[in-house]
Order: sequence, then structure tokens, then C-alpha cells
Amino acid sequence: MVAASNKKSARAASDKAPSNSGIQDLPGLYREMLLIRRFEERAGQMYGMGLIGGFCHLYIGQEAVVVGMKAATQEGDQMITAYRDHGHMLAMGLDPKGVMAELTGREGGLSRGKGGSMHMFSVEKNFFGGHGIVGAQVPLGTGLAFANAYRGNGAVSIAYFGDGASNQGQVYESFNMAELWRLPVIYVIENNHYAMGTSVERSSAMPDLHRRGESFAIPGRKVDGMDVLSVREAALDALEHCRSGKGPIILEMMTYRYRGHSMSDPAKYRTQEEVQKVRAEQDPIDRARARLLAENLIDEAGLKEIDREVRAIVAEAAEFAQTSPEPDAAELYTDILR
Amino acid sequence: MPIQLLMPALSPTMEEGKLVKWLVGEGAKIKAGDIIAEIETDKAVMEYESVDDGVMGRLLFPDGAEGIKINTPIALILQEGETAAAMDGLASAAATPAPAPAKPPAMSKPAAAMPAASKPAASMSKAAGPEVPAGTKFVSMTVREALRDAMAEEMRRDGNVFLMGEEVGQYEGAYKVSQGLLAEFGPKRVVDTPITEHGFAGIGVGAALAGLRPIVEFMTFNFAMQAIDHIINSAAKTLYMSGGQLGAPIVFRGPNGAAARVAAQHSQCYAAWYAHIPGLIVVAPYDAASAKGLLKAAIRNPNPVVFLENEKLYGRSFDVPALDDFVLPLGKAHIARPGRDATIVSFSIGVGKSLEAAEALAAEGIDAEVIDLRTLRPLDMETVLASVRRTNRCVSVEEGWPQSGIGAEIAAGIMEQAFDDLDAPVIRVCGKDVPMPYAANLERLALPQVEDIIAAVKSVCYR
Ligand SMILES: Cc1ncc(C[n+]2csc(CCOP(=O)(O)OP(=O)(O)O)c2C)c(N)n1
Ligand SMILES: [Mg+2]
Repeated sequence: MVAASNKKSARAASDKAPSNSGIQDLPGLYREMLLIRRFEERAGQMYGMGLIGGFCHLYIGQEAVVVGMKAATQEGDQMITAYRDHGHMLAMGLDPKGVMAELTGREGGLSRGKGGSMHMFSVEKNFFGGHGIVGAQVPLGTGLAFANAYRGNGAVSIAYFGDGASNQGQVYESFNMAELWRLPVIYVIENNHYAMGTSVERSSAMPDLHRRGESFAIPGRKVDGMDVLSVREAALDALEHCRSGKGPIILEMMTYRYRGHSMSDPAKYRTQEEVQKVRAEQDPIDRARARLLAENLIDEAGLKEIDREVRAIVAEAAEFAQTSPEPDAAELYTDILR
Repeated sequence: MPIQLLMPALSPTMEEGKLVKWLVGEGAKIKAGDIIAEIETDKAVMEYESVDDGVMGRLLFPDGAEGIKINTPIALILQEGETAAAMDGLASAAATPAPAPAKPPAMSKPAAAMPAASKPAASMSKAAGPEVPAGTKFVSMTVREALRDAMAEEMRRDGNVFLMGEEVGQYEGAYKVSQGLLAEFGPKRVVDTPITEHGFAGIGVGAALAGLRPIVEFMTFNFAMQAIDHIINSAAKTLYMSGGQLGAPIVFRGPNGAAARVAAQHSQCYAAWYAHIPGLIVVAPYDAASAKGLLKAAIRNPNPVVFLENEKLYGRSFDVPALDDFVLPLGKAHIARPGRDATIVSFSIGVGKSLEAAEALAAEGIDAEVIDLRTLRPLDMETVLASVRRTNRCVSVEEGWPQSGIGAEIAAGIMEQAFDDLDAPVIRVCGKDVPMPYAANLERLALPQVEDIIAAVKSVCYR
């Protein structure tokens, strides 16, 4: 019950040096992270203008996690996450226009305006949501893996959840069955250090979350989630582990969210200095940009061009999200049973 | 063109805000991500972060300016290469809100629009009754403050009472209901939990079986579904199963029902679910006075009590009797507005809508009585039946779904016990029989509105 912020104060960092593997892919990964960043900034602005309602959980700061994971996957692998899901959808290739129009609750949204920020899905892209109940996506993602094992299709399910969610009982029920039945599932814990206003140290008896599978014999690894190549490398290993029939694996991504938990979070539980320090020293996009320039993979003009493209995509999405009409009133009664 | 910074909406229910203070001055360089101002919303003081790079050109409101509507320009930021001259003509825009950037449908916020409209009706429900001696003074307070005061008073009175839940301590409640409690009672009695509802609800019940008096806060009742096994199987049934030896004196409380634009998994009324269960007491107050008086009663009660609050009501102010120990009886309905022509039965936020409907109906010559059930189990059918025997007509109002709902129970009870007094079939005004949609227009359609109540009352009056 006592704050133990002294237990571990290095925020977002992890032990390993940044990865070098796959560096030739870095320009594309940079672009995807930038798209998420600009998209989320625009979503935040549109919330401020009253165009988006309810909860809106931004992914700003965590972009490297989903982009690095996606870069390692193969056709057929599935993803499922919680409500902080815009980045996952963009990384999975869902149409930014459809995502933004869902945020504004319009007919052109991916759930036709009925799901909102927290609830979008794409069968085509193997994205299974978009879930509002903390922890619920973990057994669901394990169930996707169950189906993969049942069909023997070689696909792997990736279930993302937060540091806060890692205290829900159903996570451990899932761990047990996943290992018992050797299910091909990667549990990606996005450790951004806070669950709303509660730091990991204040909620977790054992805050090394990648070790949470030990009593089920599930291996775990701590990854620098602010370095997209490190994420990608860890993801490749984990996917190989699952595909070779060794069962589940846990990746703890050390990351950070810059914004409030949702739009109405006064964020008094951490200092501005803490946030600014992570931004200044570890920002995944700044780090990728610096790498790109240092390794001569791109020049300033090339970066400007990516920036321009990304801004155009986001502007188009925002425009679409405001001009798409509200859903027809008859939609109220559709999609309840089929 | 300089960038106009607009007053942002920083919470789902915010309509206007106060500019507490600027953290940058005119002429200061700004980077995206810099905190430039503190803004007070209906819930809390928030930091306002710039998403643009540039130079602060002009501050259009001074520190402390209040009541600034969302989307009003509050400052101008100069972009690369711009000089102060670029702002000519723009600064005067400060007085008028910028036109809404999109066409109005997206702005149709049903929840946000309600508080003002229900002002006159609110005072109708002043908790006068046998519990309030003549000459008692009233003070205005929000439902949020009333709930906090109820907990604080009971915690001072009984050292066995403690509060437990997610973000109840340091954060002072996700909806700021437990403000000040950690400071007064310390972390032993105001316990922050991890996100593990099934676990801490069970721990609460265990502590209650051992004689403590837990108040378990669910961040919202949507998340109590994780814990419903302990509420029903462990809390509600133990007294019976033990042949009366031991029971669980515990309060499960938190916001229930629809919130604004949070979609299907976060917007649902559980009143009927819990009202179904023998061994539970279920309370759903409307105004601040009943919130306070009933929560104090719930904490003192030796049984498990499910206490259903409402997020949209937290910020509304009502008159509360200024008494040292204001406790209301559980299981007793309250006539919030007397009337002769028809009875409207509701609870929680539905009472406010019903009172509004009654006002509108009065203008058309229909004098509707509004009953605030306050407690849903045990249900005070006596008060309902007595009213229906006078008015001969009844409409029930709830946000929950129609099938097996509170309205269904009321209608069945009236049919069984006052059939011959009815001049028209009872009409249920309910939430639509669908999961809650996100889109603003669909959400409005999904929830019972004042005009639905008016139409139903007219219908039972054959008007
Ligand atoms: C079962 C349940 N309990 C509580 C909540 C409210 N809630 C939403 S997000 C959240 C914090 C989750 O934190 P974390 O898992 O670390 O994810 P993050 O928000 O940091 O991405 C809480 C308590 C919920 N949605 N579901
Ligand atoms: Mg977190």
C-alpha cells in the first residue's frame, strides 16, 4: 500500500543494447511508427474539438512495440489487444480512414460507428479487436491459438496486454492452459509502467512481468520496447518458438505512454520531468530517425518526404471521418444476432 | 496563418472549462509535447499539451478565466517564419467560439446537454420527509461530494469501515468520488488494489465474513461482471447457507448505467441483474441527499448491499439537509413529485428525466406523479400500488433492457395486486433491446429520452 517508486526508477529502459538485425527494413518501420504518431496526435486534436467522444486511449510513445511485432509476423498470424488499439489497427494494415471514421462514430467507420475507439475488428487482416474489459483479450488470444493448433495451420496468435492487465486472474488461467496444451501464442506485455494512475511497483508484488510465466514453465523475455529493431528481433525468436511447437512465450516490452491514460486523465501520478526525459532520450521515432541518418539509409530530404506522405494520409483520414455521415437510425437494430 | 489553439474538451462530459494558468508566456518557443497551460474541467485540473511547434503569439484569455466554452480560441501560435502582424484580426475572435469544425450531428451530445435542462426539476425532489425535521437547513452539493461525505462520516464513526478498489486512494477515484479520503484515513483504510476485480471482491467478502465493514468500489459496474460470482455466490448466499450464523456486511458501489459515448462494454444498467438476487439489498439513488442518506444506511446495514451510482449524476448539485447524521431508510420509495393523473416509476438518472417529463406534461394539463424507487430490492411496491390506486395509470422508466427488467417487475406487481385499479395497461420505457452503440445519434436512440416518457404518459392517459 506504500508507494515504492525507489524500487526501480529507470523508466522504459531495458538491459540489452539496441538491435542491428533487419536494419535495411528500418525506413519502412520508421514510416509506420510515424503514421501511428501523427494519426494519434490528430485523434487527440479531434477529441479536443468534440468530434470524438467517450474514451480515447492514445498509443503515442508505444509505437515501436506493435510495428516491430508486425514486421516479424507472417500471413495468417493474428493479433488481439485491449482498448489502446489504434496503433495495432494501423500496423495490421487497416484503413486509416475507416479507423478515424470509427472514432468519430460515422457510417464509414470500421464498425460502422457502432464500436468506437475501443472496438474495431478486421477478419480480413486477422485483427480480433479492440476489447474494453482489462484482461479479457488474453484468454481470447489464447483461444485464437487453440484454433490454430486445432487446425494445425502454423499460425501464431499475438495477445497484447498492459502491465495493469497482467494482474487479472484470467491471464494466469490462460497461461496454464496455453502451456499445458502447447498453444502457439505470444503474450506481449506492453509495460508502459502505469495502469491509469497506478505504477507497476504499486500494483505488482513481483514487478518483473516477463517472469510471470515461470510457475507455468513459460519462458519470458524483457525487450527494449522503445527500439523497433529490438522488438522485431525478439518477435522473430518468439514466433519461431511458437511455430516449432514449443508452446507459449512472454515478451515484456518496456515502453512508455506520453499522454494521459485516456483523454480525461489529469496525470498527477508522475512528473512532467519523467515524461519529458523519456521523450527526449528514448523516443522510438527519434531513435529510428537518428539511426537512419547515422547509417546513411536515408537523408533529410527522404525523411521530409515520408513526413509529407504520412501527413497526407492522416489529413485524408481526418477529412473522411468528418464528412462520412452518421449511421442510419435503422443500424440500431442490426447485427445483434445472425 | 497562425495556429488557433482552441479550448479542448478534456473529458467526455466537459462543455466549458477554466483556464487555471498559462505555463508559457507570449514570445516563448513551443515544441509539440510541451505543456502550455492548466485547464480545469468538470472533473479535474488537466495539463494542456501543444501538438504544434512554433512561438506563442498571443494569449487570448488571462490566467483564471472561467466558463470558456470548448472550441473557443484561447491562444495564437506563430508558425515558422511568421511575425506578430500575422495575428491582426484574429485576436478579436476570442469572444466568440469558433464555428464547430464539423457539421452538428457529431456535436449532439445527449449526456452533456442534460444537466442544465433538468435544473428546475432537481429542486422538486428535495429530500423532505420524515427523516428531515422541520426547519432543517439545506446545503447544495454534488452527488460526488455527498457520496464522499457519507463514506467519510461512516469511516469516522466505525473503525471497521474501509474502502477498497482500483484508484480509490492516491488517484482519489477514477471519477473523483473518494477525494480527500486517503489524506484523512490513510492507506490502511483506503486501499488501492491492482486490476483484479474477482480477487479483491472476494477479499472484501472474506473480510466482511470476519466482521470488517468493507466498501468495495468498482471503477464501474461493467467491471463487477468479473466479480459477480463473489457478489452472488459468496456475499448474497452465505447467511442462508450457514443457517444464519454468518453473513457479509459489505457495500459494493460504483457507477452503473450508461455513460457518454463509451459503447457496449462500458455502458449498461445492472439494476435488474442484482435486483433478481435474494440475499442482496440493491440501492440506486438519484439525487445528492438520497445518495448520502442511503449510502450511510448501506454501510451500517448487516447485509451485502449493491449500491448503483451514476456517472452522469456525479457532477450534478442538489440540496442536502445539513444534519450531523442524515440516514435514510433502505427499502422505502420516495414521491419525488406528487400528481393525480398518472404514476411514473423510476430510479437513478431516470428520476431526473421523469421529473422533466412531468414538468412538460403539466404544461399540457397532465399532472404526473413521479416515484423515485431509491431501493430496488426489497422493492417498495406499497408506495407504487398506493399511487396507482389513486392515478389508475402507470409508466415505468429505466435505462436497462426491457426483458426481465425492473419495469417488468413493477408491471407484474401492479397486475397482480391492483389489476382492477388500472385504467390502461402499464407501459415500460426502457433502453432499447440492443447493446449500446457508440455513434452519437444511435446512442441517443438507444436510451430512454424525456420525449419517450412524455409519449408513454400521454398514451396511458389516452391523450
Ligand atoms: C476489468 C476492468 N477493470 C477496470 C477497467 C478500467 N480500466 C481501463 S484501462 C485500465 C488500466 C489498464 O492499464 P494497463 O493494463 O497497464 O494498460 P494501459 O492502459 O497502460 O495500456 C483500467 C483500470 C476495465 N476497463 N476493465
Ligand atoms: Mg500500462
